[in-house]
Formats: sequence, structure tokens, C-alpha cells
Amino acid sequence: MKLVRLRDASRPRITLTLEGQPIEAQQGDTLLTALLAAGAGHLRESEFGDGPRAGFCLMGACQDCWVVVEGMGRVRACATLAAQGMEVRRG
Amino acid sequence: MKVAVVGAGPAGVRAVERLVAAGISPVWIDEAPDGGGRIYQRPPAGLARDARTLYGFEAKRATSVHETLDALKPKVDWRPETLVWHIRPEARTLNTLSRGRQAEVAYDAAILCTGAMDRVIPVPGWTRPGVTTLGAAQIALKTQGCGIGRRVAFLGTGPLLWLVAHQYAKAGAEVVAVLDTTSFATKLRAAPGLMLGGMTFAKGLYYTAWLRRRGIHIAEGVTPIAIDGDDNGVTAIAWRDAAGREHRAECDAAGIGWGLKPEAQLADLARVPFRHDPVQANWVPVRDEAGRTPVAGIYLAGDGAGIGGAEVAEIAGARAALTLLADAGHRIDPIETVTLDRRLASQARFRAALERAFPFPTHLARSIADDTLLCRCEGLRAGELRAAARAEAATGPATEVNRAKSFTRVGMGRCQGRVCGAAAAEVLAAELGCDVAAIGRLRGQPPVKPIPIPAPVSAP
Amino acid sequence: MTTDCDVLIQGGGGAGCSAALHLAQRGVHVILLERGLVGSQASGVNYGGVRQQGRNPAELPIAKRSRELWGRLKDIAGTDAEFTVTGHLKLARNDEEEADLVAYLDVAKQYDLPLRLVGRNSIHQEYPWLGPKVVAGSFAPEDGAANPRLLSPALANAARAAGADIREHAEVVAHAHDGTRFHLRTSAGEEFTAPILLNMAGFWGGKVAEAFGEPVPIEPLNPNMLVTEPIRYFIEPNLGVVGGNVYLRQIPRGNVILGGGHGESDPSVPWSRPLPDVSVRAMELAVELVPAIAGAQVIRSWSGIDGRMPDRIPVIGPSRTTPGLFHAFGFSGHGFQLGPAIGAIMTELVLDGRTDIPLEAFRIDRFGTTAA
Repeated sequence: MKLVRLRDASRPRITLTLEGQPIEAQQGDTLLTALLAAGAGHLRESEFGDGPRAGFCLMGACQDCWVVVEGMGRVRACATLAAQGMEVRRG
Repeated sequence: MKVAVVGAGPAGVRAVERLVAAGISPVWIDEAPDGGGRIYQRPPAGLARDARTLYGFEAKRATSVHETLDALKPKVDWRPETLVWHIRPEARTLNTLSRGRQAEVAYDAAILCTGAMDRVIPVPGWTRPGVTTLGAAQIALKTQGCGIGRRVAFLGTGPLLWLVAHQYAKAGAEVVAVLDTTSFATKLRAAPGLMLGGMTFAKGLYYTAWLRRRGIHIAEGVTPIAIDGDDNGVTAIAWRDAAGREHRAECDAAGIGWGLKPEAQLADLARVPFRHDPVQANWVPVRDEAGRTPVAGIYLAGDGAGIGGAEVAEIAGARAALTLLADAGHRIDPIETVTLDRRLASQARFRAALERAFPFPTHLARSIADDTLLCRCEGLRAGELRAAARAEAATGPATEVNRAKSFTRVGMGRCQGRVCGAAAAEVLAAELGCDVAAIGRLRGQPPVKPIPIPAPVSAP
Repeated sequence: MTTDCDVLIQGGGGAGCSAALHLAQRGVHVILLERGLVGSQASGVNYGGVRQQGRNPAELPIAKRSRELWGRLKDIAGTDAEFTVTGHLKLARNDEEEADLVAYLDVAKQYDLPLRLVGRNSIHQEYPWLGPKVVAGSFAPEDGAANPRLLSPALANAARAAGADIREHAEVVAHAHDGTRFHLRTSAGEEFTAPILLNMAGFWGGKVAEAFGEPVPIEPLNPNMLVTEPIRYFIEPNLGVVGGNVYLRQIPRGNVILGGGHGESDPSVPWSRPLPDVSVRAMELAVELVPAIAGAQVIRSWSGIDGRMPDRIPVIGPSRTTPGLFHAFGFSGHGFQLGPAIGAIMTELVLDGRTDIPLEAFRIDRFGTTAA
């Protein structure tokens, strides 16, 4: 899944990492936006072998966008703002 | 008097406005950082579009709700980014979690304005990255300036289908198809009632006409076949048209949704009884027109109390606050309550027509293929639920929805049945050969949403 | 309308359903009356521990017999109810608790229960994921856990197949005995009669006993249960602690099931629910045992209603007031593992007039509250 920036796409840049790889994002991005707009493709794997997931409801209800942020623990990517230097792992 | 208001969408804002006007400073709790609810959710700082671009026809309402919200914050105990995960009506306490901190909030009366989420029907491929709810597609664009893909298909039914498609096309995404599972004939039959909606009805016509003018593929009365994809996500959507012909459109994302369902978990934990509303095809918490529930001290307003839309939510929020005040012995203006009640009644008639125009397609939910993922949290397929309803199951047949949950884990995962619950109930009812209302409703269990196990105090 | 049968069972928990199955298998015409759905209360909502270790010695003969039935559950009930032999590791967090573990070794020896002490030197080597507060453990290799949601329905289904009549949504509202037969009337107005009545009604068994002149000091017991989202599977044994204020296990799907303390209930509804502060406390105690579960999300919690006797062991055996009445209730949180054997034992009491299992400790008149 690739999010496409259609509007408000020239905000200040921030950098975070996903599984150690640098990712460029924009200030005001949620983690979900930051990762999926940068080409991460997915956010987590189904525990039961049903494939990758990348969130579904974007409103904190479906619980399918959990990722791990160093120092913060497990967070919903759709409801967490990305910040400079965040180290993110797939959840 | 201690009052708690949960939710800062249109219903919560208008409720708190009335409470503050009556000299009460409630504890006001919302999960989001900046209130507004889902419909009027504001983008984070730094995203600079104006209200007109963000909210379209609703810009004026959105701006008014935001201004009221901001003006009220200093006058109340405002607690953003706070989850209410449990409520005990016997003790009149709420349990909250905010940034890892647990707290208990005592209340004498509480207004729950917990909103709604998309109602979905599983389609083969619906768990792929690139498939989101219609609401999610809208939130991505509204609050993040992003489309869920470059070439997007929209599938489902209801006003949101057309609105989101319109918003995407306008923002520069390629809308490859708008696929409505409701037939044109069904909508036509409901048209006289829809006229009651005035502007809302006109807006719907406007979006449809706008999309048609741009040559966007529109189909009504469709049956979804699958959302196809590969390791990178969605590649195409396939459907059958009203005449039974198969179609396929290449796309890299799909937004799906069939109306809304109340986020009523907190009302459930507050021991408010529920009834099945056959028009909405939803279980809704029991309350009177004035927002009062049978549980002492608990009032409901907005979509969490039954789907009515944002305009109704504002009126119902104000009405519930006035009810609470009257019950607490405050003098309230009888003219205002009569006016609010009249507006609510008129909106209810329109809403009923809207539900008839875009009915929940139970036949699609009931005919989900056995190998289609039904419960995305637990990885359960529709056939596994059907098997549990049959007499030859080792546990005997699950004749009730909570039994089916017990036996199969349907609705038992992280989302607690929010996403799959509506469709799962139809699948089970169909297998048992009964009406969906007869198999009961998934009971809510605390926490309302997941809460983390804290780090050990004596960490080495 | 009146329905006659040989044996009436009131209560469709694991024990009651097992009794229906065993009686039906021996050709008895048995009717089981369950107020709600079978396994709705203590049997269906408990932690799922299938444990012999740490039990009151009086319960051990029953637990051993039950363990043998658990091992054959698939043949008996058509499903193993996800019974897995993981071993049960009981942990000590200080010297006093460790002394308790050591003392129990003698009990285990006496009852031929395999048990291995894991001392201070090896506990953290064998289980490197245990927290620093843990100082020792004792491991029972035959113990394990199962899915409580499946046991009673599966036993009831097997009982039906064997000819038992299992009536759900049949709440008994009136009890009588005419000298030779019991007469039970349900809220729907149906009457059932039989010369034998098995009182297996959990907490509500106290009410049944009272109806026959045998009041007992029973209290509702509401386990406070939580489950997390699935996380990496690493906790193999079922874990408990001396004193029992927390217990947890992980299933191979990844969910961690944990409990500790008690929720709230209203048995008259019946209604029960975990208490928020108790849930938070259980999380704190659990993460002390296994620090790696920190951050795992609790996704659901629940409770139910069991009956607890003052001495924490059930009432099992014949009535002292009414011929043909047999009790098995008040399992005080221990009924899930014992359930299958209880059904077999009750069947022997009814049909053979005796059982090899010593039941003296479970007499109903041990509280001194039975009317003379």
C-alpha cells in the first residue's frame, strides 16, 4: 500500500527509521502516513498467517496498525504523530 | 455536581456548551488530541488547508464546532488523548488511560458521545494493504492530505461512498470506479422520503452528477467479487453488475463501507440495554428522545446512540445536556427543548428514508464465501463460523452470537468484534436460518480498547 | 406439564454435564436443567488451568482421576477442548513462599503426584524469562491447561448423543420432595420429577441445599480474568504463585491469559464483571513474574460466578436431610479440572451406592449449619 500525497505536501521534512532503515516524512504525518507514504508497504503481519496488514479504519478502532516505537512501546500508527528520530519496528 | 462528557465530536461539543452555560464545568474526555470527532477531525498543526477545502459543504458547521470547542476548553476539565476504558455505573466512576497513566473519574451524571465507525462486509482480499474503510480514505485525505492510493476504487453503499469518491477525484486521485451495492431502483423508491433531508439530499445528487460528468465509472446494484492483489498490495477490483456480467478494474487501493455502526461499547459497559433497530440494521443502546437511558446518570447523544449524522449529533448533544440539567433540578428553557425535539423528529424521518435508500445488504453478508477471512483479528474464515453453527460441531451448535464467539473466537480479537461483528452476525443467522436479531449481540467487555501491561516497577 | 425421569441434574457446568454423560452412558434416563447456557458461569469463564499441583490434599484423588479423563477427553467428548500438557510451574517470590513449595513436596509424594523442585540455582537458567523477584519454583509435568469455553458444551453434546436430555434456559424456581420423588418447577412452568436429584448448581447449589434444609456458608467467587493480544509464544508452562494472587499462561496462538483477585457480581441476575483496579493490579503482579509481557495489550477481561466455601473445598456427597439428593457444588475456584471426574463419581454414588474416592472431607454437614 502506498499513500499518495495529494495536498499539503510541502511541509518541513523529518527523518525516522523503520527496522533501522531511514525514512523521510513530513511534520504532521501520523506514523501510518509516514511509513506508508514512504513505501513501507505494510505495518504488521497477521499473527495467524493471513498476510500483511496496513491499517484499515484510520480512527483507532480496527486495531490493525500496531507498530513498535523505541521508548514508547506498542502504538497505533494511525493515532500517533511521527517525530524526528523515531525508531519504528513493524508490530 | 460532577458531570463527565465522553467525546468531543459534534454531540459532545454541543452538550458541553449547554452544561457550561448552566454553570457546570464537566470533565471532558476525548481520545483525539484536538477533539472534533471523526467528521470534523482537524489536521495536525502544519497542514494548512482552509475549512472550505477540508470540509466542503460542512465547512461552516465544522468551523462553528471547532470555535465552540476551543472556547470551551479553558472552562472545563479538558482531557484530550485519553481513553475511557471502563465505566462502573454502580460506583459512578470512569477509568481512563492517558499516556500510560491510569486514572479514575467520579461522576454524578455522564453524557456518552462516542461516535460511530464504518460498517463493513468482508470481501475476498479485504485485509490486503491498500484496502481501507471509506471513513479511513476520507480521514487520510482530510487530516493527512493523502490518498490511500493513486488509482482508487470505492465500493459499498451510503452517502459516504459518493462523498469520498467526490473528494478523491477533486483532490487529484484517479477514481477508477464507484461501485454501489444498492440498486438505482431501491434509491428511487426512497426518494420521496429523502426530499425531507433538503440540503443533504441535494448534496448527494450533486456528488453523483459531478462524478458522472467526469466520466468516472459508476455502477449500481453491483455484487463484489474480490479485491485482488500481490505482495505490494491491491492490483484490481472485480465485481458483477446488476445484469450478472463480470467486470474488473485495475487499481492500487480500495475504500469500502456500508454505512455506519455505533461505537457503543461504553454504553454497553454502563449496562444500558440495547435493542435491534431493523431500519438501521444495528444494535443501538436504549434511550429516550431526550437522550436519557434507563441507567441512572447515563445520557447518550450522537452516532454512538444510533446513527443520525453530524447535524443530528449537534442537536442531540444539546438535548441530552438539557435533559441532564432538568433531571438535576436546573431550570431549562421549555421553548428550546421543544425546538430541539422538533428538529430531531424531522431529522429522524429523513434518516429512516436514507437507511431505506442505502440498506445494509444483508444478502451480501450472508453469502460471504466460506474461505473468505471474516474476523481479521483472529484470522477466522466465514466457513469456520458456519461450521460452529451446525449440529455436528463437537460443542453442539452455537445458537447465539456470544456462543459462536466462545467456540470460534469470532470477534474475540484486538478490535473486539467492531469490524467483523455486523457481518458475522448475518453469517451466523443465515446458517441457523433465523433473523439476525434472534441471535443476540456481541456483549462488550472491558477494556473498551486495548490497554498495555505496564512495565514492572522493580525492573532490573 | 410434568416430565418424569430417573435422575434430575440441576446445573450445567462441567461437572453437571459430565454427570449427565456418565449416567446416560449407563442407560439412565437423565434430565439436566440449566438456567442459561451450559458452561456459562464458573466452568466456562475460569482461567482454564488443568492443575493438580498445590491442591488441598483432599482433592488430589479426584484431581488424579480427572486428569486421567482429561487425557482421554477427545474420545469422551469429541474434542480435547484444547487441553495441552504444558506442565504447571508454581513460583515462590520469597523465602517463606519457597518453604511452602518444599512442604508441598511431601504431600505430592504421599499422593504419587510427580513434582520437581526448581531451586534458586536453576530457576533462572531453566526459565530465563522469569523476573528477578522469582526465587524458586516447583514443576508439575502432568499439569496443563485447556479452553474453558469448550468443555461444558462438548460434554453436554456428548451427553445428548448418549441419550441425556439437556435443557438450557430452564431455570428451576421451586424444589420439593414428596418422600419418594423430587419435583422441580422451572420459570416456564414445566415440572420435572425423579427419585434422584443431583445438585450441581455451582454458587446457586447453596440455594438448592437450603431448599432441602441444609444451608451452607457459601459466597460468590468472581475470578478477575484478562487476556492480552497475541505476542511471540515463549511461556510454555502454566504459571502460578504461592498464595495464588496471580496466575498466567500463554497459548500457542500467542495470547497471554492472566488472572488474580476478584471481580464483582450480582448472582440474582446473574451478572459479573472484573474490577478495574483489580485488573490493573493483576497486570502489575503478572509483569513482575514475566517482565517480557510489559507493553502487551490487554484486549479483553471477564469474570463469572463460582461458589466459595469457607474452607475452600467443595461440598460433595449425599444429603443429610433428603434421601436421593446428592450434592456437588461450591468448588471454590477448583471445579474446572475436577469437573470430568465429579460426573463419574456422582454416577457411582447414584448407581453403585459407593465410590473409591474418599469424600469424607467434602461432607455437607461439616460446617455445623445443617438442621438436625
